[in-house]
Amino acid sequence: MNVNYIFSLIVVLALFLLAYVGVEAAGLQWLFGVVIPYAAVLIFIGGFISRILSWARSPVPFRIPTVGGQGRSLPWIKPNPIDSPSSSGSVVVRMLLEILLFRSLFRNTRADLVEGDKLAYRLEKWLWLFSLLFHYSFLVVFLRHFRFFLDPVPGCVQLLETLDGFLRIEFVNDAIQVGLPGFYISGLVLLAAATFLLLRRMFSAQVKYISLSSDYFPLFLIMGIAFTGIIMRYFLKTDIVAAKALVMGLVSFHPVFDPALTKSVSGVFYGHLFFVCVLLIYFPFSKLMHLGGIFLSPTRNLPNDTRMNRHVNTWNYPVEVHTYEEYEDEYREKMIEAGLPVEKE
Amino acid sequence: MSDELITADEMLTQIDHKPPGKGWMDTPVNIRKGMYCYASNPKSVEYLGLPNARPWNPMEDDWKLPDNWQEIVHNAFKDRLERFRSFKVFMDICVRCGACADKCHFFLGTGDPKNMPVLRAELLRSVYRNDFTKLGKIMGKLNGARPLTIDVLKEWWYYLYQCTECRRCSLFCPYGIDTAEITIMGREIMNLLGLNIDWIATPIANCYRTGNHLGIQPHAFKDMIDFFVEDIEEVTGLALEPSFNQKDADILFITPSGDVFADPGTYSCMGYLMLFHYLKEKYGLKVTWSTYASEGGNFGFFTSHEMMKRLNSKMYAEARRLGVKWILGGECGHMWRVIHQYMDTMNGPADFLEEPVNPITGTKFENACNTKMVHISEFTADLIKHGKLDLDPSRNDHLSVTFHDSCNPSRGMGMLDEPRYVIQNVCKNFHDMPANTIREQTFCCGSGSGLNAGENMEQRMAGGLPRANAVKHVHEKYGVNMLSCVCAVDRAALPALMEYFVPEVEVCGVTELVANALILPGEKERETDLRMEPLPGREEES
Repeated sequence: MNVNYIFSLIVVLALFLLAYVGVEAAGLQWLFGVVIPYAAVLIFIGGFISRILSWARSPVPFRIPTVGGQGRSLPWIKPNPIDSPSSSGSVVVRMLLEILLFRSLFRNTRADLVEGDKLAYRLEKWLWLFSLLFHYSFLVVFLRHFRFFLDPVPGCVQLLETLDGFLRIEFVNDAIQVGLPGFYISGLVLLAAATFLLLRRMFSAQVKYISLSSDYFPLFLIMGIAFTGIIMRYFLKTDIVAAKALVMGLVSFHPVFDPALTKSVSGVFYGHLFFVCVLLIYFPFSKLMHLGGIFLSPTRNLPNDTRMNRHVNTWNYPVEVHTYEEYEDEYREKMIEAGLPVEKE
Repeated sequence: MSDELITADEMLTQIDHKPPGKGWMDTPVNIRKGMYCYASNPKSVEYLGLPNARPWNPMEDDWKLPDNWQEIVHNAFKDRLERFRSFKVFMDICVRCGACADKCHFFLGTGDPKNMPVLRAELLRSVYRNDFTKLGKIMGKLNGARPLTIDVLKEWWYYLYQCTECRRCSLFCPYGIDTAEITIMGREIMNLLGLNIDWIATPIANCYRTGNHLGIQPHAFKDMIDFFVEDIEEVTGLALEPSFNQKDADILFITPSGDVFADPGTYSCMGYLMLFHYLKEKYGLKVTWSTYASEGGNFGFFTSHEMMKRLNSKMYAEARRLGVKWILGGECGHMWRVIHQYMDTMNGPADFLEEPVNPITGTKFENACNTKMVHISEFTADLIKHGKLDLDPSRNDHLSVTFHDSCNPSRGMGMLDEPRYVIQNVCKNFHDMPANTIREQTFCCGSGSGLNAGENMEQRMAGGLPRANAVKHVHEKYGVNMLSCVCAVDRAALPALMEYFVPEVEVCGVTELVANALILPGEKERETDLRMEPLPGREEES
């Protein structure tokens, strides 16, 4: 048992209950369906921008890329333009590969002592694979939800839905017949990848040791989002038309307070929505800001060219130095005796 | 080496990479003998004008800090968050994915979980969250925040001097979080309380005054070079005349003073002298050494950005005074990170120098056109490529060589193929170590960033374990008996590491190998290498 994940799990469950009970028992649809979503979006946008600005306010005094390959050197030595970029174009490629494909994580190895005294390093791609699946499935789920925000639903969102639903899961045999036509693979992948990341945190000794509540909390929250979404779609069969009407009301700044509509979506819908709101509110104040931070990381977004192009430090200030004159004054006689040239005989 | 040091086998069997059950915040720091360097000598601290010079001992409870030390740390932390985007971003965006955990040589060698780069950074982040973030203030320990207490400060000191700023973790981090940046800031802040180690503070004081870390005064510096001249005469029969502080020279040469002082760096130093003699005799190139700027290394870098700038200023100042065309730099690790990534920004622009061109080959060193300082391996590779050196690689036939990429030339500048090209042209037997331990993935010698003292031998051996393990592999597989490198700290640190783990392997600089093979005009038939060891097969012939 670990207080960090127990605490996070309890908080996430409590958040769900708060929304569920708040809507089902206390009739607080206006709070969970209107006030909190608007507040969440505002806090997210404001918080995100202010965090980025606060990073950007700190200057980059030195050009300190982490070089990952042969640098540009003599004309006949082949440089590695991606891992040791010497131009802005190369930096863009390095950053794109980092952001879109998690290139540094792809390098990951695992070190083990084998045969008692040999350190061996093997490739360890699971973290890379599941991180990539996690982020991309989340992206697809997010984009898919534009069906609820836009009317008419754009063709690209429909296409995405078609592709996402292309892989159908059907178990058919004599005893059981379960068919889920139109099953979205992204939701399942998101839940599975988040589960992998969670189990890794809980059971890999080193990762468990470094994990904080603030590492478990967003994972549970995102799993909660995925789980409530899947429940609504495949099991509760939530009234999508009503849900969309509510969401469109928010998007068009004409919130709907029609009791018939709010009744026909379940408390789970409000739990789902509340989870998303909590995620948005939590985002700018947490490690989730790595989304923005990666763009500003000075070891990745700068070229390895400081001997070629001057980098200016805006706060460079004069320092106390020991000048040659002071040096010669102290050692002049010894220098002359040793036959070393001096400025003043 | 200390008598109390455990054996290599004991060290290997003791390592357990599984962290304990108890959380790291609840595990107080245990400062252990052999794992830390002695506190700075107050005289050195005072000479440099750094704060809180006083004798103190890390093993004693009272570290004799200023009364308002917490306020000093808080303000210094804030100031650095505002001045360094790296520091601010790296405090905020770590997701604790753990990819860095087993990339650190100190973690691999000690199994101490606080040597996982992520935790080393969390030592500072925990205080950052408490002092500077809303969530940290509200949630406290649950969100990984804790106030700065004296025990936390001691933990900082202990573990920030168990990081060699090698940046291997930064290569694997999906956001490029660089523990070296965090260690640099942490050490900088601790210096404001007078918490430095003597292996750093005293060399800096020496360097500031005499021009080099070892405190060699100008006449003694010349004397030491003259000893090498005598040794070279014994090997080659030629009397060299190196030049010092010479105003009409073409090039100013600066290398770490460690190579002037201790084996096996001395052989590389002899190598430089022989190479410059060759170039003078053959092509009329005038290279001069400086006694004022007689240090390439910069332990100021391990103290603060300001101290780094104060020491580094001598390079350009001396080049300007002597009126040379450009500067050539010897083999050194962190010296080259400072030159490549910091020098021009701190002390430039070097508009009084020319864009470096090799007058012998006509090659323009375009990659150095702004900073105007060229690495000896770049320079030598260019000479060899154009066939400008007469070489007899068979004089290195008794060696089977591998190459240790030093952290800074690899991850700080991307100099990977130049030294390999040079080595492979001056000796026939070359074998690289396994891919995960070289080039950009290279492992630190375990003694970088000012940690190559004598009292912390266990720490150094543990930190060097992954490197030694890879050397052992090529020693057993290919019979490698020489570990070459382009770093003076390596040359000081690796011999002890080899003696501990792979005693059959010796350590050398790349220029030593070059000089062994280099045929000087008018030299006698060589019977020994630069180490005065007989060249196999040559004795009988003569």
